[in-house]
Amino acid sequence: MAITEQDIRHLCKLSSLSLGDAEINRMSKELEAIVGYVQQLQEVDTTGVEPIANVAGLENVTRPDVPAGMLTQRQALANAPQRNEVAILVPKVVER
Amino acid sequence: MSTAIAIAAAVQAGQSARIEVDHALERAQRDTTNAVIRIHAERARAAASRVDQRIAAGERLPLAGVPIAVKDNLCVEGLETTACSKILAGFIPPYTATAVARLEQAGAVVVATTNMDEFAFGSSNETSAYGPVRNPRDPTRIPGGSSGGSAAAVAAGIVPLALGSDTGGSIRQPASLCGVVGMKPTYGCVSRYGLIAFGSSLDQIGPLATTVADAGLCLEVMAGHDGFDSTSAQRPTAGLAAAGLNRTIPSGLRVGYVPAHATGLASGVAARLEAAKRQLAQAGATLVPIEMPHETYAVAVYYVIATGEAASNLSRFDGIRYGHRTAQPATLQALYGQSRAEGFGWEAKRRIMLGTYALSAGYYDAYYAQAQRVRTMVVQAFERAYASVDVLLGATAPTTAFALGDKVDDPMAMYMNDVCTIPSNLSGHPAVSVPFGVGADGLPVGVQVLAPALQEALLFRVAQVVEDGAL
Repeated sequence: MAITEQDIRHLCKLSSLSLGDAEINRMSKELEAIVGYVQQLQEVDTTGVEPIANVAGLENVTRPDVPAGMLTQRQALANAPQRNEVAILVPKVVER
Repeated sequence: MSTAIAIAAAVQAGQSARIEVDHALERAQRDTTNAVIRIHAERARAAASRVDQRIAAGERLPLAGVPIAVKDNLCVEGLETTACSKILAGFIPPYTATAVARLEQAGAVVVATTNMDEFAFGSSNETSAYGPVRNPRDPTRIPGGSSGGSAAAVAAGIVPLALGSDTGGSIRQPASLCGVVGMKPTYGCVSRYGLIAFGSSLDQIGPLATTVADAGLCLEVMAGHDGFDSTSAQRPTAGLAAAGLNRTIPSGLRVGYVPAHATGLASGVAARLEAAKRQLAQAGATLVPIEMPHETYAVAVYYVIATGEAASNLSRFDGIRYGHRTAQPATLQALYGQSRAEGFGWEAKRRIMLGTYALSAGYYDAYYAQAQRVRTMVVQAFERAYASVDVLLGATAPTTAFALGDKVDDPMAMYMNDVCTIPSNLSGHPAVSVPFGVGADGLPVGVQVLAPALQEALLFRVAQVVEDGAL
């Protein structure tokens, strides 16, 4: 299955990952080889087989809806690359 | 270097924990393999003093004063944790992973953080932002991955015990290549709270150690339900450490093996596996050849599911709340795209692309859903096998450690390293790699014991009989 540079540009958009032209070219070749390999899954007859999502067989694990320990504002902000005393700073997203 | 059990016994009997911890810190300083990327001397000495105080106050601590190393994807409050990725440089977690917290509560002392493949994406420890790790048995070789630093730190005698994480073999394969014990518990056995997620339906935290008994003790301390991880199992976990001390196998034990596997193994590895089979037969086990249909598809299933989950998990790295942010982005979208492009290494980018492809509209059913269906068939094959045998025996890795740089430009060749270990991640079953001599090249070979879900006690018991025949 061919993976074109246009496919890679689409995937870049979906995954918010900016790749340069040389990277896009290399990625298309490498992805084509890997997708070619996983293509073998198509030969397996899976009629009537349910997809498995959780091997532990767990479903809708809940806990009591009560507040418990949580990060302080200072802790929550501590790793933000740009912040002030009370908030994380981001570029302007709405023009007035 | 003493075993963890011997160190804990000595410290419990009155020897200062500071002595063992200071020795481990010195060994970490002298590390020549690049296994250790951060040393926590001050914190470790303070923790050792607290252990001494607790022992003096009459507490019994199963891991009293045992120096341990922790893979760089396990959060420890106040210690930089990066998953060996540039995108997390400088990240200081505000909390500690449950697995680490339980070991510390039991008296273990974290002395160092270990190197790993970036976000655990790799089988040779060559994708780390901190550079590759060298195999302590031969510095021209890779240590395996992704827990290559933890395996090398134990093999080099820096610490008796280290933590790794295993998504497709990342504990067991480096354990095999470095000549140490590496164990992946049942999915849900150990809480993953504080583990930087890779493939959430596959990831497990587990021990690397010099003996099966040490691995059993470590697991017993870590295991058990944790309210912070809703996938952690509600079940009693006592008895794992004791299982590590009973050096016999249950009478009538049936050990399955898959004859078809032999064709993919290097001759030295195949010879050691045969020797391990003889060892178990002499110990009284019955060896039973079995078939595992659909297992040949396991690597393909894995690379669709693991990358799909990885692409989703890595979407949190957006340059906003933590991690690297690009300088002066023109737009918010550019901030995301450029921060991620600058922060992630090539293997991470490739896995994000593959995972996004497998999950994208038009391809989801053909790739991700189909992989999940074939995964069901792999799980069913295990269930059929365990109807006629008690445990399975196989190789851990198809070869011994290969040379640094050998496979770094060939992703498919690299991915095939995990062919022996991936099936038990897909099924969620526990498995342990036990060192079993060396191959034709003089490098370590591990053999793998696999058991049904939550049968860790049986797994350790059989593994210890294998271990006893390794010399």
